[in-house]
Amino acid sequence: MLRADSEELERGVTTRALGIGSLLLLVVSTYGTFFLARPDRVQGDAARIVYFHVPMAWVAFLAFFVVFIAGIAYLRTRKAIWDHVGRASAEVGVLFTTLVLVTGSIWGFPIWGTWWSWDPKLTTTLILWFLYLGYLMVRAYAEPPRGPRYAALLGILGFADVPIVYLSSVWWRTLHPAPVIGPLAAQQPSASIVWLLLLSLAAFTLFYAFLVAVRVRIEQVGAGLRSQGEVPSYADAPIGSPAPHGGAARI
Amino acid sequence: MSEAAPPPEAASQALRLQAVSAHYQGQSVTKPALADVTLAVQPGERVLIAGPNGAGKSTLLRIAAGLMRPSAGGVWLHGVEPRRARQVIGYLAHATLLYDELTAQENLLFAATLYGVPEPGARVETMLRQVGLSSRADSRVDTLSRGQQQRVALARALVHRPAVLLLDEPDTGLDAAAFDLLEELVRDAESTVLLATHDLQAGARLCQRTVVLTDGRVSHHATSGPLDARDIERHVRGAAASA
Amino acid sequence: MTANRPRYLRQLRALLWKEALVESRSRETVLAAVIFALLILVIFSFAFDLRVDQAAAVAPGVLWVTFSFAGDIALGRTFARERDRRTLDVLLLAPVDRSAIYLAKLAAVVATMLLVEIVAVPASIGLFNLRVDGPRLALSLGLGTLGFAGVGTLLAAVTAHTRAREALLPLLLFPLQVPVILATVKSTAAAIQVPGGEAADAGSWLALLAGFDVLFLGLSVLLFDYAIADD
Repeated sequence: MLRADSEELERGVTTRALGIGSLLLLVVSTYGTFFLARPDRVQGDAARIVYFHVPMAWVAFLAFFVVFIAGIAYLRTRKAIWDHVGRASAEVGVLFTTLVLVTGSIWGFPIWGTWWSWDPKLTTTLILWFLYLGYLMVRAYAEPPRGPRYAALLGILGFADVPIVYLSSVWWRTLHPAPVIGPLAAQQPSASIVWLLLLSLAAFTLFYAFLVAVRVRIEQVGAGLRSQGEVPSYADAPIGSPAPHGGAARI
Repeated sequence: MSEAAPPPEAASQALRLQAVSAHYQGQSVTKPALADVTLAVQPGERVLIAGPNGAGKSTLLRIAAGLMRPSAGGVWLHGVEPRRARQVIGYLAHATLLYDELTAQENLLFAATLYGVPEPGARVETMLRQVGLSSRADSRVDTLSRGQQQRVALARALVHRPAVLLLDEPDTGLDAAAFDLLEELVRDAESTVLLATHDLQAGARLCQRTVVLTDGRVSHHATSGPLDARDIERHVRGAAASA
Repeated sequence: MTANRPRYLRQLRALLWKEALVESRSRETVLAAVIFALLILVIFSFAFDLRVDQAAAVAPGVLWVTFSFAGDIALGRTFARERDRRTLDVLLLAPVDRSAIYLAKLAAVVATMLLVEIVAVPASIGLFNLRVDGPRLALSLGLGTLGFAGVGTLLAAVTAHTRAREALLPLLLFPLQVPVILATVKSTAAAIQVPGGEAADAGSWLALLAGFDVLFLGLSVLLFDYAIADD
């Protein structure tokens, strides 16, 4: 019991440290993005989005890679923790993929002149978004004991599909005329850009770890409550019975 | 799931459940379906599993049949885990597990081939005769009555001469005569039997001992002497009342 | 695969025999899939008002969308039927290697899709007035069908045990199938357009298709046990 408590404490401290660390780094990198980085010669202020967009894309791929690894680990060990990690990482991954698509469009409109193009990276990201939405839906809809197993399986399949989707969209794209030219070429990245980008990457990665840690914790608490039958289920309660928290409403 | 090593005596036992637990997982709650059940059945023994609805009888049989994994504990049939012991398991439940589109004979032939029964054609014919359905061999299963279907199901469960028979309320849809037939066939098969049923009279006739389950736990274990249906009934009622 | 090959093959044959018998007596799947495919083709030809010069450009996409939808029907039925009638337990109880169950189901789905294609391809050639390179078309449709059904069979086993399974299966299947759709459409296009020029392209698309088939059939065989096991 004592041991469990000290583990609990330790985990709480780690999670908090992750939270505070990522918050600090995010503040610094955001400040750098808006006040330290100079506007790009070609793209102007629009280029600043790279310090959000690229780290978010990195986090999204990292998240799906973690889903893949957690899937393998779950099928091998059947330990609930891997299922929690996979689910948490998939949710964070879908969130960041959404943000990547949105920030990409925001940048694309002034620079490319269009919100969307079938660039291989965009195509792959969009397909990933669909794949992992499906993953989350299976989690929600699977008959109860099967959800984790199915999710692990999909996490593996989905990640194996990524390189093939990318390859096929590269080939597909090269057979089409590019609708708009992306002028990212022909500029030398300065050292400050690289540093700021690395800082943003670190900040977002820490933030990802923080979100996953919190989400895993929530899953664990939920699983514990479910096994004690303490999650109030309004759907199961017969009509007219006292509310699950015990206090019958009286008017 | 870590596969624990079987206890040494499990190799000589037809069925061994060692501290088996299982959970029923609903959308919002996880309830224990079996809690810490330990059971040893010797070869040739016939055991009645009694208990009120929802006590875990089906779960226990599904776990023994390898259709479900326990969340804790180990299961062995003749010293082997269920997944490797499929050849020796015969399983019959209230669902008939038959293909409606196939005839009685085709259903049995399919099962016999999957189990690698030698001379499947002859064996299937024998089984059909034994369950009294030779004349309906070429009828599609969906044209048979519920009782006839259950008899085909019984033949399917026995077609590969299983050493361990797991019967989960096999009497569903059977009339008294058909149940006598089941009893006779099961006796003749000389298999180890685990029988879950609400017909305690018949169960007591067929089996040598009783395990009463309540809320997923073994609440009563009658090991010696002839079984008395009324005695078992009392335990099951007591179990239901305390649940 | 088991060490005991004759036994494995006997079991596989029994499983295939069962699939064929059940389908030939119920005709639940093939008929629905074929009619559905023809219907889609007719709707496409209304929608696009296809004249001969456009047809060659649009036909590959039209064909593969049609086959994907028909395949989705076939996949949706294959495990759902076994699950609804509890017959899946028969397969799970039997001492059969899981890969044999997978291969039999895969064969059933591929056979259904091929039947659809055998009807729908001549129909669309007539409807859209196409000229095709037969062997090349057959190769790309064959590889595409195998890839589609390969992952599809695995996912159908998964979605059979979910709520809203008819809705969920295509949601999972189609994103995974994007490479197959691209590659099949491209290599079909090469078979439909006037011969010349694009042969090399079609070759690399076919290679991609073959690669996809190998990777995903392998993964599906490996993962099938987790999809079907009842625990």
